[in-house]
Formats: sequence, C-alpha cells, structure tokens
Amino acid sequence: MASESSYYVPEQSRLPIFATIGLFLIAFGAANWINGGSSYIFFTGALTLASVLWFWFTAVIRENMAGLNSEQLKRSYVWGMGWFIFSEVMFFAAFFGALYYIRNFSVPWLAGEGERGISNMLWEGFENSWPLYVTPDAAAHGDTAKFVGPKDVIDPWHLPLWNTIILLSSSVTVHFAHVFLKRGERAKFNLWLAGTVILGALFLYLQAKEYYEAYQHLGLTLESGVYGTTFFMLTGFHGAHVTLGTIMLLIMLLRSVIAQHFKPNDHFGFEAASWYWHFVDVVWVGLFIFVYVLGA
Amino acid sequence: MAHGPQSGLKRWLYTTNHKDIGTLYLWFSFAMFFMGGCMALIIRAELFEPGLQIVKPEFFNQMTTMHGLIMVFGAVMPAFVGLANWMIPMMIGAPDMALPRMNNWSFWILPFGFTMLASTLFMEGGAPNFGWTFYAPLSTEYAPPSVTFFIFSIHILGASSIMGAINIIATILNMRAPGMTLMKMPLFVWTWLITAYLLIAVMPVLAGVVTMMLMDIHFGTSFFSAAGGGDPVLFQHVFWFFGHPEVYIMILPAFGIISAIIPTFARKPLFGYSSMVYATAAIAFLSLIVWAHHMFTVGMPIAGELFFMYATMLISVPTGVKIFNWVSTMFRGSMTFETPMLFAIAFIILFAIGGFSGLMLAIAPADFQYHDTYFVVAHFHYVLVPGAIFSITAGVYYWLPKWTGNMYNETMGKVHFWLAFIGLNLTFFPMHFVGLAGMPRRIPDYALQFADFNQMASMGAFLFGAAQVVFLFNVVRTVMGGRKATEQVWDNPQGLEWTVPSPAPYHTFSTPPVVR
Repeated sequence: MASESSYYVPEQSRLPIFATIGLFLIAFGAANWINGGSSYIFFTGALTLASVLWFWFTAVIRENMAGLNSEQLKRSYVWGMGWFIFSEVMFFAAFFGALYYIRNFSVPWLAGEGERGISNMLWEGFENSWPLYVTPDAAAHGDTAKFVGPKDVIDPWHLPLWNTIILLSSSVTVHFAHVFLKRGERAKFNLWLAGTVILGALFLYLQAKEYYEAYQHLGLTLESGVYGTTFFMLTGFHGAHVTLGTIMLLIMLLRSVIAQHFKPNDHFGFEAASWYWHFVDVVWVGLFIFVYVLGA
Repeated sequence: MAHGPQSGLKRWLYTTNHKDIGTLYLWFSFAMFFMGGCMALIIRAELFEPGLQIVKPEFFNQMTTMHGLIMVFGAVMPAFVGLANWMIPMMIGAPDMALPRMNNWSFWILPFGFTMLASTLFMEGGAPNFGWTFYAPLSTEYAPPSVTFFIFSIHILGASSIMGAINIIATILNMRAPGMTLMKMPLFVWTWLITAYLLIAVMPVLAGVVTMMLMDIHFGTSFFSAAGGGDPVLFQHVFWFFGHPEVYIMILPAFGIISAIIPTFARKPLFGYSSMVYATAAIAFLSLIVWAHHMFTVGMPIAGELFFMYATMLISVPTGVKIFNWVSTMFRGSMTFETPMLFAIAFIILFAIGGFSGLMLAIAPADFQYHDTYFVVAHFHYVLVPGAIFSITAGVYYWLPKWTGNMYNETMGKVHFWLAFIGLNLTFFPMHFVGLAGMPRRIPDYALQFADFNQMASMGAFLFGAAQVVFLFNVVRTVMGGRKATEQVWDNPQGLEWTVPSPAPYHTFSTPPVVR
C-alpha cells in the first residue's frame, strides 16, 4: 500500500512509440526474411529497438539518480521484474511440457503401446526408444524418410556436466558480488561480477562446441526427428536466455566500472539482472536432468 | 505536477496517462469490434441460404479465422484492458498505473500488430484460413505463406498482453491508497488481478506454441509431425493450455463489471463479497486444469477424458455461486432499469444459458455428438456476446458519464439494448438446434434442412450489427455533449470513482484519498 503523502506523475514520453516501431519492424522483418524476403527490415527494427532501449534505460537510471523515484515506484519495478520472470518460466514450461508429452505419450503410442497404440499401423516397425535413434518415418520408409534420427546423442557426463558446474558456480559468484555490493566494497563487487560474466561466456562457448559436435559428428540436428527438435529447442532457448543474461550482467559491470553506478542500498538494476541469472540457472538444472541425463 | 493533457496527436502518441491510454484501448477495441463484426456479417450473408453465393470457400475460411482472432485479441481483450486502465487507478485511489511508460507501449503495439495481421488478407495465398484455433497440421503443413506473419503478429500481441498484465498486477499490489486493503477492493479490481495473473501464466504458452509452429514450418522440426515422432495432438494440448484460461480472461473482468452495476441499480450492497472473491480465484485455478475438454474426440486415454470431464463440471460450482450472489443482490432491492442495468440483467440470464450449454459440452460422451457442430458455436457465442460484449457495453454506459461528464441518451441506450438483445438471441439461439441436428461449423454451405434456422440467424446478425451502430452514435453524441452528469451520476453508487468530479480530472488524485 502507498505510504507517500503525495503522488508523483511522470511526464509524457516518446520512448514507447519508437519502441513499438522497432518491435513491429522486428516482427514484420523476421516474417518477411523467413518467407524468403530480405533481412533489412529485421535488422533496422533490431537496431531501432536496441537504441530505444538504450535511451529508455538511460532515462530510468537518470531519474533514479536524480532522486525522482519514490519507494513506491521502486517497488513497482521489483514487481514488474518478478512477474516478467514468471512469464519466462511459463514459456519454458510449454517446451518442458511438450517434451513430457512426447516421451510419455506420443512416442509410445506411435510404437503401438498403450490405449492409442493403434497409430502404429501407419508406422510399421517403429519401436519405442529414447533417445529416438530411429524415427517413425525412418522405420516405415527407410532411405526415403524425411526425418532420419541421430546416430548418437550428447553424453551428459562430459560437456553438459562441465556446463552444469560452470552455471551453478556462476550463481554463487553473482551472489557474492551482491554481498560485496551491499557492503559497499566496489572493487570486490566488480571482481566477482566479472567472474560471473566470464563463466557465462564460457558456458556459451561450450554450448556452441556441443552444437558443433552434434551437427558435425552425431547427426543430431533440428531435422533429426523429435529428439533433435526437443533437444535444440529447449537448450537453444536456454542458450538465448544465457546470452541475454550475460549481456545484462556485462552492462551492469560496465556501469559499475565506468560510471560508478549502484549504491549499497540502491542497486535494483543489478538485482534484476542477478534474479534473471538465477532463473536461467534453475532452468539449466531442469535441462540437465530432463534433457541430458534422462535423455541419454 | 498539475500538467494537463497536451494538444494534438502528440497527446495520444506520447501519453503516460492512464485515462488517455484507457481511451485509446477502448476506441481501438471498438474499431476492431466493427471490423470483426463486418467479417461476421460476411459469414452470415453467405450462410443466409444453402449453396455458394457471395464468397468463395477459401475466403469464407479466412473470414471465420480473422473474425475469431480479431474479436478475441482485438475487441474483447483490449476493451477490458481499456476499462482496467480507466477504472483501476480510480477505484483503488492511485495516481496512475504503476508503470506508465510501459502502459503506453502495451497499447501502441496493438494497432501495429493488427495492421500486420490484417495485411495478410492482401498477401499471396490469402490470410490464415485454419480457424482461430489454428490446429496443426492445417496451420503448419497446409498453411498459406502468410502464416509466418500471423505467427509474429501473435508474438507481439502477446508481448503487449504480458506487459499490460504486469502493469495491472503491479498497480493493484503496489498502488492502493492507505486503508484500501485487499478485501476492500471493488470486485472489478479483484477480477482483474486474477485475470492478469492468468494472462502472465498463459500468454507465454501461446508464444511457445506459435514458435513450435514456426520451427515446424520453416526449420524442419517435428513437434507436430508423427513422422519425426511428434504428434499433432500435442499442438492441441499446448494451444488449449493457453486457450482455456483465455476464455476466462475474457469473462472474469466481466464478472467484476456486473458486480459493480447490479448493487448500484438494486440499491443494495453486493451479496456475498468474499465468496465472490474466492469463487473468482477458484474459477481461475480450475481454468488451468480443464483444457482437454476441447479435445474429447481427438483420441485421449479414458482416464484423461474422465479427469477433464469432472474438472470441467466443477467450474459450474463457483460460477453458480456468482449467479446466486447477483440474484440475491437484486432480491428485494429497489431496482431501476437504466441501460447498464438492462445489459447486466441480460448478462446474468444469457450467460447462464451459455454456462448450461457448456455443462452439456463438458459431458464427454455427449460431446462426441456436439463436437465441431453449430452447438459449440452457439455455446461460445452465448458466453462471449451476452457475456463479454454485454458486460463491456454495460460498463461503458455505466462509466461513460464519469469519463465524459455528460449523460448518454437513455432512450437511445434502451433502443440499443433491445435491438441487441433480440438480435443476438435470434442469431445464436437457432444455432443450438442446427448444431444438435448435425450442422458442422466452419462450412460455407449446408444441407437444405438447416436453411430456416440459418436464415433466422443471419437476419438476427444484421439486427445485432445495426444495434451497434446505435451504440456508436450514442457514445459519440455523449462525448460531444449532453446533459451534465453529477459527481455521483447514479443513485448513491459505491466506490472511489464516484467521489471525484465528472468528467474525472486528468490526474484523479494528487494525494492519497482516505479509505474507510
């Protein structure tokens, strides 16, 4: 509830309409590009949105440093970030749900098991297995199949294990950064935050290595049936989120190093980024268990 | 601090004011309502008699698809968000929405998103033609190329909804005036809080399902392709996990509006306030676990059919609580029947009919007969037209004097009501009969024996359309001028919005109001 004696009402802003134009160009441009058109519209939109967001965040930071932000408004930002992360959780839930359904229902049914097993009629010779080395298509149509399964899948106990260790440690390092920030020890904050960013980049490098391995040597691709589909969509969206999270943390680091931003009691920009980081970390634990370990 | 609105176009493009943004949302949804309505009239004109007369079947399919998408995402949802923007800050004694700039962004995405969606009508291969539920593989393997544009427009419309919902939650949880405890909030605020939660929970799932479509169409994945080990039924599960809460997103705020109007015109406090709150929460919870009742005939294990059947039937309990409470509020009240009240009472009666046909559809074995017939069309139009649309209309008449400072024309309001009431029953009631007799939905032609009822439905649809022109005229007239409204407007209505002048000042509260 409000405790303020009088209310602050913000001025008009040009930012949202330009952000809208950027977002629209991204969406329209992406569709146009994917449908075979040029990519210019998409990149124009991406550049527009990126610059608008730059100005937008600058404005928010400047307002806060000028002391315009009431306690109430700060709480609104906290709620906003929290519910945004919840929306991200639900986005991943859709893909985890799809994986659950495919493993427990659609693949066994296609193989003739259970109540809906009659569909095996259409895919004679298909058997239930996970990883799905032989797709229904390959089982029924042999060499003429469109979807051919992977030769092998990623071993969870090599690169993915390292990535688990890296990402879990990065959650710890970002926590230490937070602790030192609250104590006002900027040098240590910078150090721990830089460590986190490096761990994030390392994770992404190993992930890229893993994808290269999958495409070059294992025949594990987006087109290799539903194992590749779920594998790449889940790890891919997670990787995209790690990329975004690393960029967010990097910007926080630069803000602290270059502009001396953040006070021990006022640093929500950093906190929001660190929550986001913890969130991608939790998603990774889910991925490691359900995609890698139980999927190999 | 005491700055008023800017002049000209800049006021609307750059605004951070919740009333301006509410107005934008409401006019936008009104425009979309007429656009989607015109598409409905094309559908009804074609169905006036058997055979193909006016449009080609391909175009007919595009019309059913676009009509559904525009009405759901363009008319009903933005109208409720518009009402939320206008009313929630006033109702809880807040200066504005919690995140005013993001509020502007949420709105302006909509016209751009719908321009993109509507532009598909002029693309090669035409607009999406696979129905508003866009089932795979119809929407993947057999879709026109414009499906890519459809997917990305859904993405940005979803982003708009999520931002709007986050803003509403932050406003309600963080911006209440001192003394405005949760259980003192008007029900419209409560229903919107729960609706916003549902929006944040399911809009990302919609984004997920269209992303899966995009990948299947363009990047060789096999989510919905059995050949690769996926399943088209997976599409339906993910879609309806979004889609079923979505229908409650379109009705819970309606419950809030009706709960504001009935007590005012019955001159009694709302019966069972706290049970209303708990019933709303119960409905929202149940809405997340009933999705597969849309898919009884698709081939599910019997355990699934039973679970989703019983869970669906449970929804009638909290809904029944609400209907009971509204009727009890009116019981022995000194009622008057101004236009908002007429729409509200019609809401209760006709929404109950839609609820009962929903209960019929929930019975899995019976649903095998009703599935994909006009009975389903009758059912969901009974919950959406006299449900969502009537409640929005009632809300507009109820609060229009507060917004504009002028009273609307009561006679014209009553003419609007009776035309709409007769029109919609004439349109949708016969659909129950043709549906039970076996007429399938989404078909431009039909067997001769369905002709009489279809002609009635088509005439009713044009009558309903005409009624909305009266509505538009009445609203425009009220905005331009008319008898001045008092502060209270009605006879002792409850709520903070009635303590400020009419029209409500550009910034409602500069200091927190006192809530007893």
